[in-house]
Amino acid sequence: MSLLNSILEQLINGLRTGSIYALIAIGYTMVYGIAKMINFAHGDIIMVGAYALYVYSSILKLPLVAAIILTVVTCSVLGIITEKIAYKPLRNAPSLAVLITAIGMSFLLQNVALLIFKATPIPFASVVNVSGIRLGSLYLSGTTLVTLGVTVIAMVALTLFVNKTKAGRAMRAVSEDRGAAELMGISVNATISLTFAIGSGLAAVAGILYISQYETLMPTLGALPGIKAFVAAVLGGIGSIPGAMFGGIILGIIESLSKAYISTQLSDAIVYGVLVVVLLVKPSGLLGKLKIEKV
Amino acid sequence: MAMLKVTDLKVYYGVIQAIKGISFEVNQGEVIALIGANGAGKTTILHTVTGLLKPKSGKIEFEGTDITKMPGHKIVALGMAHVPEGRRVFADLTVYENLMLGAYTRKNKDEIAETLQMVYTRFPRLQERKTQLAGTLSGGEQQMLAMGRALMSHPKIILMDEPSMGLSPIFVNEIFDIIKQVSASGTTVLLVEQNAKKALEIADRAYVLETGNIVKSASASELMNDDSIKKAYLGE
Ligand SMILES: Nc1ncnc2c1ncn2[C@@H]1O[C@H](COP(=O)(O)OP(=O)(O)OP(=O)(O)O)[C@@H](O)[C@H]1O
Ligand SMILES: [Mg+2]
Repeated sequence: MSLLNSILEQLINGLRTGSIYALIAIGYTMVYGIAKMINFAHGDIIMVGAYALYVYSSILKLPLVAAIILTVVTCSVLGIITEKIAYKPLRNAPSLAVLITAIGMSFLLQNVALLIFKATPIPFASVVNVSGIRLGSLYLSGTTLVTLGVTVIAMVALTLFVNKTKAGRAMRAVSEDRGAAELMGISVNATISLTFAIGSGLAAVAGILYISQYETLMPTLGALPGIKAFVAAVLGGIGSIPGAMFGGIILGIIESLSKAYISTQLSDAIVYGVLVVVLLVKPSGLLGKLKIEKV
Repeated sequence: MAMLKVTDLKVYYGVIQAIKGISFEVNQGEVIALIGANGAGKTTILHTVTGLLKPKSGKIEFEGTDITKMPGHKIVALGMAHVPEGRRVFADLTVYENLMLGAYTRKNKDEIAETLQMVYTRFPRLQERKTQLAGTLSGGEQQMLAMGRALMSHPKIILMDEPSMGLSPIFVNEIFDIIKQVSASGTTVLLVEQNAKKALEIADRAYVLETGNIVKSASASELMNDDSIKKAYLGE
């Protein structure tokens, strides 16, 4: 009974962390699908989101809802701007140039945060003030409930948007064939901007949830969830939105179970090991489709 | 005034000049054929006209508007549709979604529904397969979808790049019948074809392209009786 209970508890922990990974992974995967690039600065948008929430709610003392909305808007706008100034000029450049630029952008964001907020970690109490619930012998904290709830809502909304709206359809068309989409009258630039805005907005949400869990602000706080989410996106099949959602959740659960039952030190190794095995068996990832690269 | 007027167009891929200063015109209601061997530059011309490629110099006017520098996605809205080489339907989208993307720039829902009905009437196979993913259609069906998708924008002129490529003779005839119908319904057609014989049969006039230059321009019937054309393009 108590083993079952502990497994359930770990599963829920995994779901919570996995939800955050999934929200971030969606940004990686959408940007990859549309712009055919890995945006390595994406993890740092989480960090910007966390600091933005701190500034709006703790320093400027705005009401929580306003602070959250402003945080999401800030990150979306930042996402659009990074694309416009750093990636757009490289649209026809070799992918290595784009990759290096994205890494540079990541350093830039971290160092700007370092400059403004200094290296000393800033404690920042969770903004979630929802009380937890007890299900039998199982306790679900408020942060867990909010994280799961927000993630489910975000995923359903995104799925509906991509599959049922005109803009979502245009997005799928651009990710498949930019030139043909242009011939339909779709602005490829506007679609790419929209993709960065959505991805960065979700990263902001992830940043808010993440900081509610860890309660400490550091300029490098986005790096770890960023890389984990990237692994999740590849695991699920880069380019596939359901893949990113699934990959994030699976990764969170594997991580939490291996931390609890195998070894805290080895948990990361196990996560990457799973990635390697999956890619060996299915190079396109769990839900990805094998695309033949067009030259 | 010509509907589409191209003047002294030069297009490069890097340092390679693909189009070497060509001029041509398409008048309202005409079917114009553009014929030429592989690599002559036919696709390059169409891509430049619809804004996917930018020319080094020259001018492209559509109904008197200079569209040379206009981004591709704005040109469609003026009434110019392009059925690209190799069809390029959106494989992961359904037939219906592909068709609706053709009407992306249009706002009026009733008019779009009306055009959709017209497309379904012209291509009953598309209606039967409307919920199917475009990637699962046969080559001929994909060609029909690419044409239907272009018609969904309700174009004044439609540019077609080798619509009969890779199709069985029955499908080829069907496609050419449809081009005739499209033209009869008042849409101007600029047709690029390898199948010069078929193209000249339905065209009013034609231009012959060789390695980036227009080497001949005449009425279709004249070209059909031209000895050098017969030899080079009609296989006689
Ligand atoms: N993306 C490109 N980069 C470099 N050169 C290109 C590119 N696309 C086409 N070319 C060159 O430009 C010339 C014209 O090509 P284009 O595709 O316009 O010919 P085409 O007449 O359509 O031929 P086909 O009948 O085979 O379709 C060719 O010499 C081709 O090699
Ligand atoms: Mg061609």
